[in-house]
Amino acid sequence: MALLELRDISKRFGGLQALARVSLEVEDGVIASLIGPNGAGKTTLFNTLTGLYQPDDGQIRFQDRSLMGMKPDKITSAGISRTFQNIRLFSHMTVLDNVLVGMHSRVHTGLPEILLRTREFHKREKEALHRAMELIELTGLTGREGEWAHQLSYGEQRRLELARALAAAPKLLLLDEPTAGMNFTEAQSLVALLRELMGRYVQAILLIEHNMRVVMGVSHRVHVLDYGEKIAEGDPDEIRRDPRVIEAYLGSGAWAKHAQS
Amino acid sequence: MAAFGLLTYIAASCWLAFIFPQSVLAFLLVEASFLLLCYVPAPPKVKLFLGALVLLVLLPSLGAINGYYLEIAIQIGIYVALALGLNIVVGFVGLLNLGFVAFFAIGAYLWAIFGSPQANEFIAGGFFPLSPNWFFPFLLLSIAVGALTGALLGLPVLRLRGDYLAIVTLGFAEVVRAVFNNLDKPINFTNGPKGISPITKPPLFFKPWLEFFGWEFSDATLYPMYFYFLVLLVVFMIIIVTRRLEDSRIGRAWKAIREDEMAAAAMGVPVVRMKLLGFAVGASFASAVGVLFAAKQVFINPESFTFMESIGVLAMVILGGMGSIPGAILGAAGVTILNLQLLKGLSLWLNGLRQSGTILTLPLLGSYPLSELPVQFEPAKYERMIFGLILILMMIFRPQGILPPRRDQKR
Repeated sequence: MALLELRDISKRFGGLQALARVSLEVEDGVIASLIGPNGAGKTTLFNTLTGLYQPDDGQIRFQDRSLMGMKPDKITSAGISRTFQNIRLFSHMTVLDNVLVGMHSRVHTGLPEILLRTREFHKREKEALHRAMELIELTGLTGREGEWAHQLSYGEQRRLELARALAAAPKLLLLDEPTAGMNFTEAQSLVALLRELMGRYVQAILLIEHNMRVVMGVSHRVHVLDYGEKIAEGDPDEIRRDPRVIEAYLGSGAWAKHAQS
Repeated sequence: MAAFGLLTYIAASCWLAFIFPQSVLAFLLVEASFLLLCYVPAPPKVKLFLGALVLLVLLPSLGAINGYYLEIAIQIGIYVALALGLNIVVGFVGLLNLGFVAFFAIGAYLWAIFGSPQANEFIAGGFFPLSPNWFFPFLLLSIAVGALTGALLGLPVLRLRGDYLAIVTLGFAEVVRAVFNNLDKPINFTNGPKGISPITKPPLFFKPWLEFFGWEFSDATLYPMYFYFLVLLVVFMIIIVTRRLEDSRIGRAWKAIREDEMAAAAMGVPVVRMKLLGFAVGASFASAVGVLFAAKQVFINPESFTFMESIGVLAMVILGGMGSIPGAILGAAGVTILNLQLLKGLSLWLNGLRQSGTILTLPLLGSYPLSELPVQFEPAKYERMIFGLILILMMIFRPQGILPPRRDQKR
C-alpha cells in the first residue's frame, strides 16, 4: 500500500492550469523525486499536498486517509512536513525555537498546564528540548542553537529548515529544492544525510530537485511534471532515456540529436 | 559591588524625595532606579530584592507623604498592564491593533454599570450599586468578558492582514465608544456622554485587621495605597502569565505566526486558533485593568477611551521594544512619566520663567523678554510637540525600541 496517493489532482489559477490530473504514489521506504522545468507545477503540487492550496479536483490520500479539505496544521499532525524552496525560517527566533515550533503538533501542553507550570508541562518541555537538540546535532548545527535564525549562513539555514521539518516527526518529508545554492560537496553531504534519515526519522521522502546528479544518485523513483501534467515516471535510468523528458527539458530537436550520437 | 552602588543610589534618591516631597526631580530620580536595575549588571536575586524593596516599601512610604506619587504610580501600573496586553497582540502575534482601548472600555463599563446605581435603570428591584464585595468577582468576570469580546472580534477579522486588520480594529474601537456614548436611549444602559458615577470602590476587607493592630486610617488615605497595591498585584499577575505563555509552545507559535504565517501553518501551528488566543489574552488583560480603572476613577465616560489612548499604548509598546516584556513595561512607564511629569514639569518651569519676566538672551539673535511671548506660544502647547519629536527621534535612531527582545541564552 502506498503511503501517499494522489489521484487526478487539478489546480487552476485564473487562466493558468497549474496542475492537470496529476496522479502519483509514494511508497513506504522510498526516496522519490519530482522534477520538471521551471513553472511545471512542482511547488504548486507541494502546496496542494500540505493544505496551503485546495485542489480544484482529485483525491489525496495519506496512509489510506483522505487529506482533502484539511488545514495545513492538521496535515502536519497527520505526518507530512516540508521545507520551502525560498527559505522561510522564523528569522527573529533562535535556532532552537525554530526547531521547537516544528514540534508544535507533537507537544501537547494545554493552557492550564502552561499557566500553572505543572510537572507534566516541565516533563514535556524537557522532552521537546531534548529532541530538538538531537535534531540540531543531526543537521550539524550544534553550538548555534542560541543564534537568531537570520544570523546563520545560507547552508546552515537550509539545514535548519530540514531540522525544523523533522521536528514535526513526519512520516513523509517533502523537500523543495534542498540543494539549491549548494556546491558539490555540500550537496553530497546532504544526500548522505537524506539516506541516513530514511527509516530512522522518516518513512519516505519526496523531493523537488534541479540538480540531476542528486536526483539520479538518491532517488528510487522519479516523477516528471511539465506544464502541470505528469509526463513520465520511472526509476532514474528509465527517466534518463525517456524521450518525452528529454524533449521537455531540451526542446523537440534534442531527442533526434541524442539518438544520433 | 554594583549591588552596593544600586542600594546607595536608591537610598539617596528616596532620602531626597523624603526631604523634598514636592520636587518632581527627586521623584524622577527614584523612578530612575528601575532603569538602573534594568541596566546595571548585578545578580538577579539582588535586583529582585532591590526592586521589591522600592515597590513594596519605599514607594508606598513616599506616597504616604505625597499622595501625588501614588497617583503617578497607579497610572503607570494601569498603562503597563495595557502595554503588556497589547504587546501580546502586536509584539508576539504581530497583528497591528489600533483599537486596543476598546477592551479597556469594556472592562471599565462592566464594573461601572453594575457597581453604580446605573444598572437600576434597566434591572428592576434596586439591587444596585452592588456591594464592594462584588468587586473581585467582577475582576475575574472581566477577564472572561474581555477574552470573549477579544475572540469575537477576532473571529471575523483574523483573515485580514496588516493594514486591513489595523483599520478594522480602529473601527471596532470607535464602534464600542459610540455604543457607550449612545446607549442611553431607548433604555439607559450607559448614561451616554454624561458618564457613570459614583462607581463603587473595592472592599476594605483588611480594615478590621488594621484596627485590631491599633492603626486608624481614614478611607481617604487608605484607598490610594490600596489601589496602588491592587494595581501592583494585577500587573505582577499579568507579567507572570505573559512570561509563562511566552516561554511555551503557545508563545513560540505566536512568534512563528509573526515571522511567517505560511511557514508556521506548514509547521503544524493552528494559525487561526493561536491568533484568537492572542487576541483573547491581550483583551482580557485590558479588560481586567479597566475594572480597576473604573473603581479608581469613580467616574467614567466615553471620553476616557478615545482613539488617542489606543495610539498612546501602541507608542509605549513600540518605544519599549515590540515583543519584549521588559520593553513594554519600560515603554509604558517612560511615556506615562514623560506625559504626566516631565512635560508638565517643563511647561510649568517655562511658565514660571515667563511670569517672573526672565529675559532670554541669545548670542547674535538679541534678547527677548519671555513675558512678551504671545499666547500661541504658551509652553503647555509644546508638550505634544516635544512628545512627537521624541517619537520621531526614537524611530530614526532606535527603531527596535529601548529594550528589544533578547536572544534567549539560558538554555
